[in-house]
Amino acid sequence: MKFVDEFRDPALAKQLLTRIAQRMASPVLQARAPIRIMEVCGGHTHSIFRYGLEALLPQTLELIHGPGCPVCVLPREHVDDCLAIAAQPDVIFTTFGDAMRVPGSRQTLQQARAGGADIRMVYSPLDALQIARENPQRRVVFFGLGFETTMPATALTVQQAVGKQVDNFFLLCHHITIVPTLKALLDDEDVCVDAFIGPGHVSMVIGLEPYGFIAEQYRKPFIISGFEPLDILQSILMLLDQLVEGRAEVGNQYSRVVHEQGNIQAQQAVAEVFELRERSAWRGLGEIDQSGVRLRTRYAALDAEREFALRSTRVDDPAECRCGEVLKGQLQPQQCPLFGSGCTPAQPMGALMVSSEGACAACFQYQRNDSQ
Amino acid sequence: MCLGIPGEIVAIDDAATLTAVVEVSGVRRRVNLACVLPTGADPASLLGYWVLVHVGFAMSLIDAEEAHQTLRLLAELEAFADEVR
Amino acid sequence: MKTESTDANTSDQGLITLAHGAGGRVMRQLIESICVEAFNNPALALLEDQARLDMAEIAAHGDRLAFTTDSYVVDPLEFPGGDIGTLAVNGTVNDLAVSGARPLYLSCALILEEGLEISRLRRIMASMSDAAGVAGVSIVTGDTKVVPRGKGDGMFINTSGIGVIPQGVELAASRCQPGDCVIVNGTLGDHGAAILQARGDLALEADLVSDCQPLHGLIARMLAVCPQVHALRDATRGGVAGVVYEFAEASGRAIRLFEDQLPVRPSVRGVCEILGLDALHFANEGKLVAVVPREAADSMVAVMREHPAGRDACIIGEVLDGPAGSVQISTLMGGVRLLDLPIGEQLPRIC
Repeated sequence: MKFVDEFRDPALAKQLLTRIAQRMASPVLQARAPIRIMEVCGGHTHSIFRYGLEALLPQTLELIHGPGCPVCVLPREHVDDCLAIAAQPDVIFTTFGDAMRVPGSRQTLQQARAGGADIRMVYSPLDALQIARENPQRRVVFFGLGFETTMPATALTVQQAVGKQVDNFFLLCHHITIVPTLKALLDDEDVCVDAFIGPGHVSMVIGLEPYGFIAEQYRKPFIISGFEPLDILQSILMLLDQLVEGRAEVGNQYSRVVHEQGNIQAQQAVAEVFELRERSAWRGLGEIDQSGVRLRTRYAALDAEREFALRSTRVDDPAECRCGEVLKGQLQPQQCPLFGSGCTPAQPMGALMVSSEGACAACFQYQRNDSQ
Repeated sequence: MCLGIPGEIVAIDDAATLTAVVEVSGVRRRVNLACVLPTGADPASLLGYWVLVHVGFAMSLIDAEEAHQTLRLLAELEAFADEVR
Repeated sequence: MKTESTDANTSDQGLITLAHGAGGRVMRQLIESICVEAFNNPALALLEDQARLDMAEIAAHGDRLAFTTDSYVVDPLEFPGGDIGTLAVNGTVNDLAVSGARPLYLSCALILEEGLEISRLRRIMASMSDAAGVAGVSIVTGDTKVVPRGKGDGMFINTSGIGVIPQGVELAASRCQPGDCVIVNGTLGDHGAAILQARGDLALEADLVSDCQPLHGLIARMLAVCPQVHALRDATRGGVAGVVYEFAEASGRAIRLFEDQLPVRPSVRGVCEILGLDALHFANEGKLVAVVPREAADSMVAVMREHPAGRDACIIGEVLDGPAGSVQISTLMGGVRLLDLPIGEQLPRIC
């Protein structure tokens, strides 16, 4: 596969790993060890585990698996909202496969489907719109979740729904935005991160500029990275170079896909359809100011929150959950007392065990032996 | 939420709705071009381009020259390692 | 096919009704005109309530009976590379064959949903008959029930099968030994990917064809040249990953797969990349996983490649001492990780 296989070349990976080891052996970094690098995006977490990269890296280099998995940080009360809507007899509830197994306070969407609710997985929000056009007598709700990568797709679908006058299509919007959450993490004194692997596909939409403050104010190197193993290794090397030389800059390893300005057309669609909420809840992290979006008033007719008059009550994770500390890099997943006993991918208690991209679920599925 | 995959635009399915057919390793899927087509341009002008596909939308035109550049950098790394050896 | 029936109860324009399962004349017409004609063999043609099998004939093939049953449900009923009928024959044939047995007889129980097109039933019975012919088994007894519309998914089929295991053949998952090689007979996940596409929900188009095929011919050949095969299983639901985990658990050993050796068709890989899925977890309907002593592995692969059902055979892994029950995969990058097992069905993901 073009643009994929070239970036999975084992020989080049070996060279990169040698270089990374050399950098880590430099006096500057030895003095600072361990070096902690956070990959913000769940897609990176997935690749790191899928290719077993952690075990290939020097032991003094720790990867912290950050908050960039939208399924993991989806609060339970929002799943409860989905369930309440899906329970309406005239509703077809549509969403991505990722959301199907996320537990609400009592059930998952998958379980609700078994109980008779009409819940359908779609690959694209446009598929949900198509379902609405084919079922004019039903209310079709699309549960939109995800970061900036996915927002434009939802925005354009909303615009199409209005343009084509599909009046039985509704959006339940749980799109969130990563930058305020990074800022919140950086402001937290407990966070121990030396550098960031930046989210490639979020940046393809928003560009490089929004991350400037991380380098300027917080003096942390930040490299936007692709998702193939060579991309990730090269990004790590670029971050180490900055640390060795005492630089803190925003760099772009993923230049084949991420352009400096991002995708202007996508940004315009997002700005036309969505506005920032004052604050949004993140499972495991709590409420963060201006970290999520909702439909603008001009699209209120499509807003499922309004249509279904949702009144969800907050559902906290059990007190024993240590997800927040894992997200901040203070705790390895296996160090959580619930890991693998009270909390497993089949019966998740905490946010990070929910999706295969969650740090704990990835550890559980790919590295159980290490913890035994 | 970021699974994105490179695919080649191999056909225009419906120019009015900016829908193209993208091929990924022999698998074809309809993809919307609204985010990558310059305003007013003919969708057919993107035939043969590689795009990054996410949830049924082309989100970025892949820059082959940049990809080549990244790989060249990596290859130099290897050449350098050979020299040291 | 014979001349088309003009009777409304069996004509290709008709639909299955509750009368077809009521035990009366209409049901008998259906069975005679579709099933008996398609499966065409003396035991079935008697239309007794049971098949009567000659014990001397059975005993000539070996010293133990293998007996298995499986029910088949699939949406859609017909797909590129097969249909529910070919699945019902080959699936049960393969369940017998992986014990080393020669499959001989199958039963066929149909549960039809009211409203199923008779033309479709006829097509599926014909392909079932063809599949039985290719596999060299006879469908010797059967049953038909009809459920009201909405109570079934078009049709369900149960087949049970009887085969005979030749003397001296001992295959068991528990016999995997450290150093053994893990072999597959071809590309992974073709059936799962073909079904996903045929269902149409994800609007993917590709030249994906199910690998539905009988394996006993290949297996007989494998055992003839290398009787010391330790373990053998067909990889259906749960994919090759599921079988490899079963081997590791049953033998108390570990298994390591080599990611760069896994045979996957480009279009199956495309589906996996687009939807974030793994071909190791996709269902197959004509694939086996064999564990053989290392010294026999290369010649085994060579023999398999000479057989049509084993053209793409290759070694994909090895058995290690431990940790007991674990399956690892050495990745393209040289890292090692545990092979993940999906919690339930594999769901397409976008993140």
